[in-house]
Amino acid sequence: MSVPVRVRNLEKTFGRYPALKGVSLDVEAGELVALLGPSGSGKTTLLRAIAGLEQPDAGQVLFGDIDANTLSLRERRIGFVFQQYALFRHMRVIDNIAFGLRARPRSSRPSEAAIKSKVLELLHLVQLDGLEARYPAQLSGGQRQRVALARALAIEPRVLLLDEPFGALDARVRKDLRKWLRELHQRTGHTTLFVTHDQDEAFELADRIAILDQGRIEQVGTAAEILERPATPFIDSFIEGIARREAQARDRTKPHVVASR
Amino acid sequence: MAMSDRFLPLSHHPERATSETAPTKAVLIAVAGLFLGAILFFPLVTVFIEALRKGWGTLFGTFADPDTLAAIRLTLLVAAIAVPFNAAVGLAASWAIAKFEFRGKNLLLTLIDLPFSISPVISGLVYVLLFGAQGWLGPWLDQHNIHIIFAVPGIVLATVLVTFPFVARELIPLMQSQGTSEEEAALMLGASGWYTFLKVTLPNVKWALLYGVLLCNARAMGEFGAVSVVSGHIRGLTNTMPLHIEILYNDYNFVGAFAVASLLAGLALVTLLAKTFLEWRFAGELAATSRRH
Repeated sequence: MSVPVRVRNLEKTFGRYPALKGVSLDVEAGELVALLGPSGSGKTTLLRAIAGLEQPDAGQVLFGDIDANTLSLRERRIGFVFQQYALFRHMRVIDNIAFGLRARPRSSRPSEAAIKSKVLELLHLVQLDGLEARYPAQLSGGQRQRVALARALAIEPRVLLLDEPFGALDARVRKDLRKWLRELHQRTGHTTLFVTHDQDEAFELADRIAILDQGRIEQVGTAAEILERPATPFIDSFIEGIARREAQARDRTKPHVVASR
Repeated sequence: MAMSDRFLPLSHHPERATSETAPTKAVLIAVAGLFLGAILFFPLVTVFIEALRKGWGTLFGTFADPDTLAAIRLTLLVAAIAVPFNAAVGLAASWAIAKFEFRGKNLLLTLIDLPFSISPVISGLVYVLLFGAQGWLGPWLDQHNIHIIFAVPGIVLATVLVTFPFVARELIPLMQSQGTSEEEAALMLGASGWYTFLKVTLPNVKWALLYGVLLCNARAMGEFGAVSVVSGHIRGLTNTMPLHIEILYNDYNFVGAFAVASLLAGLALVTLLAKTFLEWRFAGELAATSRRH
């Protein structure tokens, strides 16, 4: 069950430092949107505010027609993948993934057998069959990332939020996972937002990209729209590298590298 | 990651980390060994030798003395109250300090360290000034027939104060290094605050908590200064084991003094052995929980 996410005039200040200065964003059901920006631009704060991990000073987050403020974290049912994954280090992979199901109140908790079969199904989905008895410390970075994703998917989230999903991985693993995440998104169809500071990652992976700078969204659009009509001088310079590579790729008449749907 | 260093072949380090000659090493090791022997091991052995000077019969005779038994009981009672109390409060304080931001956090941290930095005698005196006959609350307590100073409650209070930092000091650095992301992950997955504490926070610090409790227990049973001030040294009533040892010694009852001392030292040794055993038994798990993966 995927829902659209609407962000209305979100404001958040840390001490005297404004992190979000009236941010609005519409994400359609099933869409994959990147929040792109330099560090300190407010992208992670925006993601955490949508998740409910930060309380905004003003503004509103809507999941479908529901005001997120009326929901507890449990009721929000948001799958959140943390930058360093935040796997429970003292639990095996299977218990990590089962956590969200076991944490439910007794009345809505599935049976242990149902939980186990669900977990194994998810392990298969993230291609980690056979690793259920490992501890997080015994996994590679890419494997941990996929466990974190499986754990987030176990609660059947309304929305999937990923904070720098590839930030802690080396370049080669990063490329593979990017492709794999794209395929997974196509298969599961969750409304997904992910934070990144990597222009290539955003342009290659996302249906649409929201570019943030200094607590404001500067432009939202598909990769092609942004490349053709950068809204501000900041965006122009921020995506310069991509535009140049794009042009080079066209000159060499290579196939289009930017994914757009 | 630490794992990769461990598997580096040794041939990558043709130079050894130390280049001292064998005699130098032998001398250094001998000095360290002698020092530890003279300062730690020999005195400890002496305690047991002195206790057995007049044979096992006299040793057991000491433990048949009702005043000695009362002192042992009181020490165990005080530890049984002070240690769980400090474990619970220390855990709560560490949790608040490591996982939340609030005003006065640094003040709280300083307060937790206070018992380590002030003399135990002062810790005891504070309670005499508060609850003693001439103290601020003394007359009121006297009217209501509540006895704190020169009674068991005072001894418990003094012990709690002196041993408070052990658990918190053990937990705070670990909890701070572990951060809050696992708790946030648990909350996002729909866990309640209590469930998160029980299933995520507590298991991640259980070994540090156990260390803190063992150290706290060793100190609670051995505390002399603060307890001495508030106890009143009433034989059979308000003497703990350390105080009883002093009294026996002052009575020239050396065998008795060393007999009780050997029991106290034995309890401390058992605590250390338990700690070492747990470290050895759960080495792998310790390594996994004490580092960020």
